Amino acid sequence: MSAPSPVELDEPLSDDLTVPATPWITIVWNDPVNLMSYVTYVFQQYFGYEKKKAEKLMMEVHQDGRSAVSSGTREEMERDVQAMHGYGLWATLEKQG
Amino acid sequence: MTGFTYHRRGKRVIATFSGFEADLLRSLASQLIELLHDEAALPQPTGADPLEAMLDFSGPTTEPEDPVLARLFPSAYRDDEEAAGEFRRFTEGGLREGKATAAGAIIDGLEDAGLPPELAEDGLMIDVELDPPTAESWMRSFTDIRLALATRLGVEDGDEDYWGQLDEEDPRAQVYDIYQWVGYLQETLVEALTKAA
Repeated sequence: MSAPSPVELDEPLSDDLTVPATPWITIVWNDPVNLMSYVTYVFQQYFGYEKKKAEKLMMEVHQDGRSAVSSGTREEMERDVQAMHGYGLWATLEKQG
Repeated sequence: MTGFTYHRRGKRVIATFSGFEADLLRSLASQLIELLHDEAALPQPTGADPLEAMLDFSGPTTEPEDPVLARLFPSAYRDDEEAAGEFRRFTEGGLREGKATAAGAIIDGLEDAGLPPELAEDGLMIDVELDPPTAESWMRSFTDIRLALATRLGVEDGDEDYWGQLDEEDPRAQVYDIYQWVGYLQETLVEALTKAA
């Protein structure tokens, strides 16, 4: 095994490391079908949220009709929306306004 | 009717169904699979280049026409049709397969537990034992089944009274009872899986 030779960088790395100015958010919408316990379970299971936070988000969905459940890059939010659709939740993504 | 419970020592989620109940669940899961495969998840030709359109097998870009499928695969972008189409192209095929596989796991689980291809004998009881990942896949599929039943019925928030006052001979009342029953099963499944976590 040989030691890696030093690599010269033509481009500064900083572009990849900056936080996007406008983050995206995943929105879960209320529907008349999904059980409150199930929605809470999904938020805990998929996002790894504490029960308290998961319940708070679930109540927002239930009472306000929608809740922003995660934020990040567009790609990350597309992954979250896809996962929510896999669980049967109605989810969309948008730029944080 | 008892629903699902978590068996700590065996680390299994268990339930007992009558032959009739198991047969009904199998029938609901089969209908879901049929629907998922029915309206083909094909891309809509978008005009420009017919050859390109024919060679594009990647996935659909427009919302399914069937209301149940439209609910199972909603648009990911509300105000951007193009982005919604791209998202759908890359996700809908996989999501459909995942949902069909989960529904298939219900059928396999019931048949492995002794549900015969044709239900004939009276008094048959089916004991189901699921490991937690399989139980979670059942739970997700119950959601799809409930979404399908509710979309067909037109269930809305706070309309329990409407369904409650229907004549019990009304087929919609019977479908609503099944919808409620699958909801009860799912509720017990969530509880059992919460204990398993």
